[in-house]
Amino acid sequence: MDVLLDNFDTILDGFRETIALTALSAVCAIVLGVVLAAMRVGPAAPLRWAGAAYVNVFRNTPLLLLFVLFVFGLPTVGIQASFFLRAVIALTLYTAAFVCEAVRSGVNTVQRGQAEAARAIGMTFGQTLRYVVLPQAIRTAIPPISSLMIALARNTSVAEAFGTKEATYVLDSLGRDHASALYWIFAGIALGYLVLCLLIAGGFRLLERQLRVAR
Amino acid sequence: MFRRIGAAMAVAALALTGACGGGDDDKSSTAKATDTNFAAGTTMAKLHDAKKITIGTKYDQPGIAYKDPASGDLQGFDIEIAKYIGAKLGLDENQIEFKEVISKNREDFIKNGSVDLVIGSYSITDERKKVVDFAGPYYVTGQQLLVAKDDDSIKGPDDLKGKKVCSVTGSTSIATVEEKYGANPVPFGTYTECVNQLTSGSVDAVTTDGAILLGYAARQPDKLKVVGDAFSTENYGIGLKRGDTKFRAWLNDQIEGSFKDGSWKKAFEGTLGKSGVDTPEPPKVDRY
Repeated sequence: MDVLLDNFDTILDGFRETIALTALSAVCAIVLGVVLAAMRVGPAAPLRWAGAAYVNVFRNTPLLLLFVLFVFGLPTVGIQASFFLRAVIALTLYTAAFVCEAVRSGVNTVQRGQAEAARAIGMTFGQTLRYVVLPQAIRTAIPPISSLMIALARNTSVAEAFGTKEATYVLDSLGRDHASALYWIFAGIALGYLVLCLLIAGGFRLLERQLRVAR
Repeated sequence: MFRRIGAAMAVAALALTGACGGGDDDKSSTAKATDTNFAAGTTMAKLHDAKKITIGTKYDQPGIAYKDPASGDLQGFDIEIAKYIGAKLGLDENQIEFKEVISKNREDFIKNGSVDLVIGSYSITDERKKVVDFAGPYYVTGQQLLVAKDDDSIKGPDDLKGKKVCSVTGSTSIATVEEKYGANPVPFGTYTECVNQLTSGSVDAVTTDGAILLGYAARQPDKLKVVGDAFSTENYGIGLKRGDTKFRAWLNDQIEGSFKDGSWKKAFEGTLGKSGVDTPEPPKVDRY
């Protein structure tokens, strides 16, 4: 128990890195995911194919493989990014594929007639998406996106083996220095992840309530 | 894919230089002990009667304990020590089962009985002694730095401030460079991955026990070099279940025996000695 209190600052530093990884990857993944979803439901066939191809590749590739690809691959093609950035790239590209599908499922719940009506009164595809379809689609998509962001927060732990000093790295370091208190350390770090994930879930729950329509 | 190319290149380099080449290992194995007479109930008797011992070791440390990706053979100094212990238990070489361990699962593997012993660059520390027991040390090394051949900015640990230094997650080496020398630690899963990051220019140095670094430097001598004096003392011991005093005493006897009968020297010369370093004096066994 003392181990956790004595090393509280170190643990906090680890979680700061975990939160930074999660937040940055989450924002990028949601933006990219919405763009991809727009491509997949849009009228331009090449964009639809490109979106589908992206989802098929990145949703079906193990995250660890993406990490290996970006962490070891980027320098060989002459790109020197920090390990943090490489981790964000891998996490973003992976999560965006899932976000895309969550948003697309939301879009599919909006009745086709609404989009047709919007087009009939002269709105462009972009306007239809922005003012008519997406506001309704997002409402349906929020619970699955919430789950995806929780998965993302836990997925950041993979970065430990690729040069990033996040919470799981702290777990391993403390485990080395205090082998006899391993279970306490494990419980403490697990609790940290739990709190982080509950906060994410809570945030999305608030958003859900905020966007709910009075019926 | 990139790692596979790296591994293939490493194999090619190995074949060219013959730095850690196998093939002539057979001469180093110790003859099986025939006069074994262990007191009933001891771990030695149990292992002898079972005709099997499971020894945890590393698979990724050239010169110390390394699994050749081409042949699948295990080779290195620790492997020789393990074979020696096996022989002294009256076991054939094929009755020794090796199991891969990594730094962070060694204690658990010993505690839950997955392995009978760990012989895998296992440093004796007070913290670890609270969980497992150690026989030995059978080898003493120290932490050093591996840098790119053309890098003159790092000559020792004092030059590490703010530099990116790679080592394995959960190792003592990574803690030392961070806490004592202000380096920016970069954790990776294995030393091979660290060396890969060093050759690609993503980190400034790789740090761990000098013996391990020498093994890597010997494989890419035109790209890598080991710099500076050792700045820590690592006592490699044989890890066993805590409280098995008789087994520990017996293991210590065997380690001292290998010092005396020349097997230890032979094992060193056939493995780590190939990187060009002189055979050191064997350490003094610590019967705590």
